[in-house]
Amino acid sequence: MSKKFWETLPQGSVVLEAGSSAKFKTGAWRSMRPKWTEENCIQCMFCWIYCPDMAVKVTAEGKRENFDYDYCKGCGICALECPGKKGKKAIVMEEEGK
Amino acid sequence: MGKIVAVTGNEACAQALKQINPDVCAAYPITPATDLMQRFSGFVNDGKVDTELVLVESEHSAMSACIGAAAAGGRVATATSSQGLALMWEMLYIAAGSRLPIIMPLVNRALSAPLNIHGDHSDGMGARDTGWIQIYSENAQEAYDNLIQSFRIAEHLDIRTPAMVCMDGFIVSHSIERVEYIDDADVKNFVGKFQAVHPLLDLDNPKSYGPLILTDLYHEYKRAQHEVMTKVPKVALEVAADFEKMTGRKYGLFETYRLEDAEIAIVVMSSAAGTTKDIIDEYRDKGIKAGLLKPRLFRPFPYLEIADALKHVKAIAVLDRADSFGGYGPLFMEISGAVMSMDTKPAMINKIFGLGGRDYLPDQAEQVLDELVKIAKTGKVENVKEYIGVRE
Ligand code: SF4
Ligand code: SF4
Repeated sequence: MSKKFWETLPQGSVVLEAGSSAKFKTGAWRSMRPKWTEENCIQCMFCWIYCPDMAVKVTAEGKRENFDYDYCKGCGICALECPGKKGKKAIVMEEEGK
Repeated sequence: MGKIVAVTGNEACAQALKQINPDVCAAYPITPATDLMQRFSGFVNDGKVDTELVLVESEHSAMSACIGAAAAGGRVATATSSQGLALMWEMLYIAAGSRLPIIMPLVNRALSAPLNIHGDHSDGMGARDTGWIQIYSENAQEAYDNLIQSFRIAEHLDIRTPAMVCMDGFIVSHSIERVEYIDDADVKNFVGKFQAVHPLLDLDNPKSYGPLILTDLYHEYKRAQHEVMTKVPKVALEVAADFEKMTGRKYGLFETYRLEDAEIAIVVMSSAAGTTKDIIDEYRDKGIKAGLLKPRLFRPFPYLEIADALKHVKAIAVLDRADSFGGYGPLFMEISGAVMSMDTKPAMINKIFGLGGRDYLPDQAEQVLDELVKIAKTGKVENVKEYIGVRE
């Protein structure tokens, strides 16, 4: 007798594959998109600390890189917190798809 | 052969827990279950068990700690009553949905307001839909026996679902009765070694409990949970058969008393069944064909089996020690559900009794049986739902 689909689900909804949440591309929810302008960036890492996800990529040497848009939800916290250089923000929010 | 002792229901359940020696217990005191865990904590203190006893700040935390310990891979138990169970409410669903076989004696007690500490089934009935197995016990012996059997049922690899073992607050939890204890080694052997399924402490195989499951799969998980419950009666009967081999004491999904040829019957759970049996004997002596059905397994509810046992009865009174305000009593609703499948339907009445520990006395059983005799003759039911033993 072949099993019904719901009979094949792991007992108690336990997730048996470690780290599988990486497969869930939460960036798909985004309607606003942060844009990074490197020349205004002072490498303070505020955006990295404040990001509620892990959508600000940093190199092994500790240098800020561009966003990871697979997981960035577009909340805008990084843009709000970014001090930028001489009054010019290094992060601005733009409407997605524009 | 075990030992015959004079103990309370709480004492008997504490003894069962001692003999089973769970890995973890997390509990918070609440009348009338306090004394059960207090006695057990004495066993912990005296080194009679290896249990890690987690003293928490509320029942919500108690059940949360039990869930964590069970997910980690331990055999886990707790105990509670009334408001304590109510405070556990959200965690009860999580324990069941995560399929963690936690065992919990529930010493049935009324719910506030007004504040009351005595026995009725309001607490257990409120937790009817949480996904826990519910077993109701008539006396201290049954509470002890059911508690031991519940570990085998809940932990069965086809089931893995938490179970509440219920007994009436004070009437059973605090009354001294004759109880036959099973030898420690026999209990240990009967319950067997705990087998962890997907334990979090298996660090080589990391896993997550409690994921977010939305519209794509939630419905399927709940369908699967119902399916598991449908397998419980078979397992409960297998466990009961093994238990009978060990003790000679027989358990089914429900108990019948002089029901085989009965024309009228009372359906009632827990301690009130004892009083009712005495009055049924009196009516039998008078030539009245009265019988009783006492559900043991309330969740899952054995509808078809109960319908079969009641199929020849003309008039049935279902006695509920809990109420659904604006509805029929919870047990009456279940029996009505069972009756649905019958070709000839019996006349049925519902009596609410014993709320907040109000005594259920022989004359109340007599009053119900007299009414059933009349209904069986005329086939007429005047009022479906009424309160008995209420001061008027
Ligand atoms: S917009 Fe929000 S989610 Fe995206 S990088 Fe900035 S802080 Fe993180
Ligand atoms: S907060 Fe602004 S300035 Fe600071 S590292 Fe991020 S982008 Fe650069």
